[in-house]
Amino acid sequence: MNENVATGWSITALANPTRFISIADKVIPWLGGLAALAIAVALWMGFNAPEDYQQGVTVRIMYIHVPFAWLAMFGYSMMAASALGTLVWRHPLADVSVKAAAPIGAAFTLLALVTGSIWGKPMWGTWWVWDARLTSVFVLFLMYLGLIALNRALDDPSRAAKASAVLALIGFVNIPIIKFSVDWWNTLHQPAAVFRMDGPTIHASLLWPLMISALGFTLLFLTLHLMAMRTEILRRRVTAMRRLAARRADKG
Amino acid sequence: MIALFLRDVKLGLRAGGGALVGILFFLAVIAVVPFGVGPDLNLLARIGPAILWIGALLAGLLGLDRLFQADREDGALDVLLVHAPGFNLALAVLVKCLAHWTAAILPLVVASPLLGLFMNMTPQGIGATALTLLVGTPAIAFIGAVGAAVAVALPRGGLLVSVVILPLVIPVLIFGVSAAYAAVNDPDPFLPPFLILAALTLFFAVIGPAAAALALHHGSD
Amino acid sequence: MNHDAYVFAAYAISALVIALTVGWVVFDYRGRKADLATLEAAGVRRRSEEA
Repeated sequence: MNENVATGWSITALANPTRFISIADKVIPWLGGLAALAIAVALWMGFNAPEDYQQGVTVRIMYIHVPFAWLAMFGYSMMAASALGTLVWRHPLADVSVKAAAPIGAAFTLLALVTGSIWGKPMWGTWWVWDARLTSVFVLFLMYLGLIALNRALDDPSRAAKASAVLALIGFVNIPIIKFSVDWWNTLHQPAAVFRMDGPTIHASLLWPLMISALGFTLLFLTLHLMAMRTEILRRRVTAMRRLAARRADKG
Repeated sequence: MIALFLRDVKLGLRAGGGALVGILFFLAVIAVVPFGVGPDLNLLARIGPAILWIGALLAGLLGLDRLFQADREDGALDVLLVHAPGFNLALAVLVKCLAHWTAAILPLVVASPLLGLFMNMTPQGIGATALTLLVGTPAIAFIGAVGAAVAVALPRGGLLVSVVILPLVIPVLIFGVSAAYAAVNDPDPFLPPFLILAALTLFFAVIGPAAAALALHHGSD
Repeated sequence: MNHDAYVFAAYAISALVIALTVGWVVFDYRGRKADLATLEAAGVRRRSEEA
């Protein structure tokens, strides 16, 4: 029944769930504290920076909107990498990682869409527009929801693990295709202003808060991810123990 | 493999197979559009290719969950898994997808010109739409196979499969409609989206069955 | 609505959703720990390997 033998000879020290939990217990408070600090610093810097020439005060939404959008992609990349861990290396905790990351990634994706929409209303005059970026992120959000739905529908953890992994990978392969197709279809969103060939077009006074904010929210994501993984491991233990107890009650 | 293909086609076309239901669903979707949108013929002609594509997409998604379920119920899936490991399983899945497409989706493509008349489309529009449907709908079957394989054990997997697959087939829809409209609106280029559509079908013909085979194989452990 | 209100709305909604997410993660964790405590108090023992 148990194909994940938790010995000290695993490829990585984190393969043992008990060891993972003890490491997570130590790391999480620090990671969370660091995240909160970074976010606070970033927002303080951001609100003290000058207003944008064209956009005025609404540029301050950028400090949360852009990190959320990056995290939407980062979250899915985490899931895809974890999915590889499940299918290729059979790492015992990889599927826990996929299942834990999905709702957190979905939340950040939703926030990216909502903050983008709120930013868009004063800028473009409309709450929603079917331009390339918004549409791609919306489709990404649908993919997150599909993965969450699949995880909830499949009860058996090992079966859910493989199925979610396959779906996550197929979804990941589709992301460039979706981006390309949506780009083809429409474009209105501001072109890339940070990662461009000739360097960022954003001034340093706005760029620094943005980077620190991105770092802070990434740390927040990782904190939540570790916490959710820890909880998922506990949940599986609870289920297993309940099954054991039921079996003993049957026999007795 | 040919035997597998013929068997699946026959099963699909039989009364309980759902192929005919798909056509009826397609017809129903197209039929309600004028009721919803109004009988303005120009408007119908303008949205015609898109509505035909959406209808075909939805009707195609409809029967996907049954791709593996019938086999799972009578044990044929286990036989397939034992006797056709690895690459052969992917090949078998490919054949099943083609059979499903032939039995359930090809009739939709054949029906689309008639339904195009309901939408008051021009002959070029109808022809282009039918052609893009012909080239693009296999991609739906191949992508759908992954969804079907992943949800094969679920009793009510049908809706879940559709929900899970829908984001993944959006590019197919985009390029299919783009090519169909290009044939009607002169300045729009037809070949680029059409070729990309063909490329998508070929691409998913490879990774769709491979991923579905992987999911089926692991789903039975 | 002037633009400040938009900025405020964006930050407020973000804070709310993040608070809900953090809250859910924490609440879930505490719930599982409580479940484990109940089970262990009832005398159910885990196998030494992850089951």
